[in-house]
Amino acid sequence: MRAYVPSYQLVSPPTLSEALEALSQNDGAWKPFAGGTDLMVLLEAGKLPQKNYVNLWNLKELRGIEVSDDTVTLGALTTYTEVQNHAVLQKEFPMLVQAAKETGGIAIQNRGTLGGNIVNASPAADSPPALLAYDAELELISKQGERRIPYSRFHNAYKQMDLRAGELLRAIRLPRRSDRFDYYRKVGTRKAQAISKVCFAGVIRIVDGKVAHIRIALGSVAPIPIRCEKTESSLHNQPLNSEAIKLGASTMSSEIVPIDDIRSTRDYRLRVSLNLLQDFLARASTS
Amino acid sequence: MAEKIDINSTINGQARTLHAFPMERLLDVLREQLSLTGTKEGCGEGECGACSVLIDGQLVNSCLVPVAQVAGCSIKTIEGIAISDDQLHKVQQAFIECGGAQCGICTPGMVIAALSLLEKNSRPSEADIREGLAGNLCRCTGYMKIFESVVRAVRSV
Ligand SMILES: Cc1cc2nc3c(=O)[nH]c(=O)nc-3n(C[C@H](O)[C@H](O)[C@H](O)COP(=O)(O)OP(=O)(O)OC[C@H]3O[C@@H](n4cnc5c(N)ncnc54)[C@H](O)[C@@H]3O)c2cc1C
Ligand code: FES
Ligand code: FES
Repeated sequence: MRAYVPSYQLVSPPTLSEALEALSQNDGAWKPFAGGTDLMVLLEAGKLPQKNYVNLWNLKELRGIEVSDDTVTLGALTTYTEVQNHAVLQKEFPMLVQAAKETGGIAIQNRGTLGGNIVNASPAADSPPALLAYDAELELISKQGERRIPYSRFHNAYKQMDLRAGELLRAIRLPRRSDRFDYYRKVGTRKAQAISKVCFAGVIRIVDGKVAHIRIALGSVAPIPIRCEKTESSLHNQPLNSEAIKLGASTMSSEIVPIDDIRSTRDYRLRVSLNLLQDFLARASTS
Repeated sequence: MAEKIDINSTINGQARTLHAFPMERLLDVLREQLSLTGTKEGCGEGECGACSVLIDGQLVNSCLVPVAQVAGCSIKTIEGIAISDDQLHKVQQAFIECGGAQCGICTPGMVIAALSLLEKNSRPSEADIREGLAGNLCRCTGYMKIFESVVRAVRSV
């Protein structure tokens, strides 16, 4: 049933420092509100116990995509539409652009933000695997100050993350690199607007026939979006022959922990993940 | 409990002051306070596009936008699309000519989504049209007549 709307507060501070001030009141009583594409669905379903929100939408300090020599910094409010339209992201971070294209329809892409996708912390979200594979770093900010952490250390357990009370995600930083092969696949029930059954992002660099750099991250196969560090190490410094691929697959099958739920089954998810790993490595070896 | 707040926005070209609880859905304020009932509610959760409107020229689902977020924005609803009282927009005209509307619940959203697509891409391919309307569901037409309507609107420029 729908929530009783008058019981919800949504204040709109004009600047970041005022927003941080508002978020620091009463020890976690206030939470951020960005594009609302996750929060409004919960509100409508009567599943939003948290009552007090700080509207981030107009904070220019959280907007914009900045490109420097070695990093692309995306403000937390960057929308999926902005990701798709950005020339440097199209060229250097195609998996993130692909994830943005496959997230919801146009109306969701115009309003949904990367920051919201990360902090909503759904294990089925589509941009986290791409961000993990690209070694993203998060810039967090609160009244106490700023800190940076690798994104791969952010999610701890289902919907739990390294985000303190009163803290905001300010931006996502992506280190720039060109010489790599990218592979991104979202597998859902239908092409448009479906929540993932499995989402796979892989990045690899092969030097002299051996794997010099590899990142593999998946969605919907664990309680959090995960980077498969054991699978990565099993393939590191190996030539991409059938033995190495087999070893990679067996490592991955013990590293991911898919479950049965309304969208899919454990067995299907495991099978698809391993098939995607093999397809990724096979394509990389011929690229 | 929240208090009602004043929200100044431009709606279909007219400056308006809305008085509402900050978390009220834009959809409800449009329909109930402004009697702009052309904007429909299908799912109430972002899936169907029946509630599509343009905010500062961008396609959004008004069921997912709390009204506090439209302060200072310009909103266009289906009521603001026609050229004049006796001339429809070419997209609306094409829907009539092609039978793009049956029960009509999805139609305002389809028209707004089509319009938003044509503003970005005046010569969309069939694939572009399908992608542009992927967030809008229709239970009646089977979509073909809707796609044809958009194709006709493109040709009528
Ligand atoms: C129809 C539909 C289809 C969808 N399809 C997909 C899909 O295909 N793939 C997918 O991954 N997701 C999908 N989503 C989910 C949603 O659109 C995304 O997760 C979106 O990125 C959320 O961003 P938002 O700004 O709307 O978040 P909000 O709803 O505003 O917030 C979500 C959460 O993040 C927190 N938050 C937001 N910004 C910050 C910040 N800067 N700092 C700290 N906390 C913050 C909020 O407090 C809240 O807990 C879909 C949603 C709908 C309604
Ligand atoms: S009613 Fe808003 S998307 Fe369905
Ligand atoms: S005409 Fe009835 S839902 Fe589309």
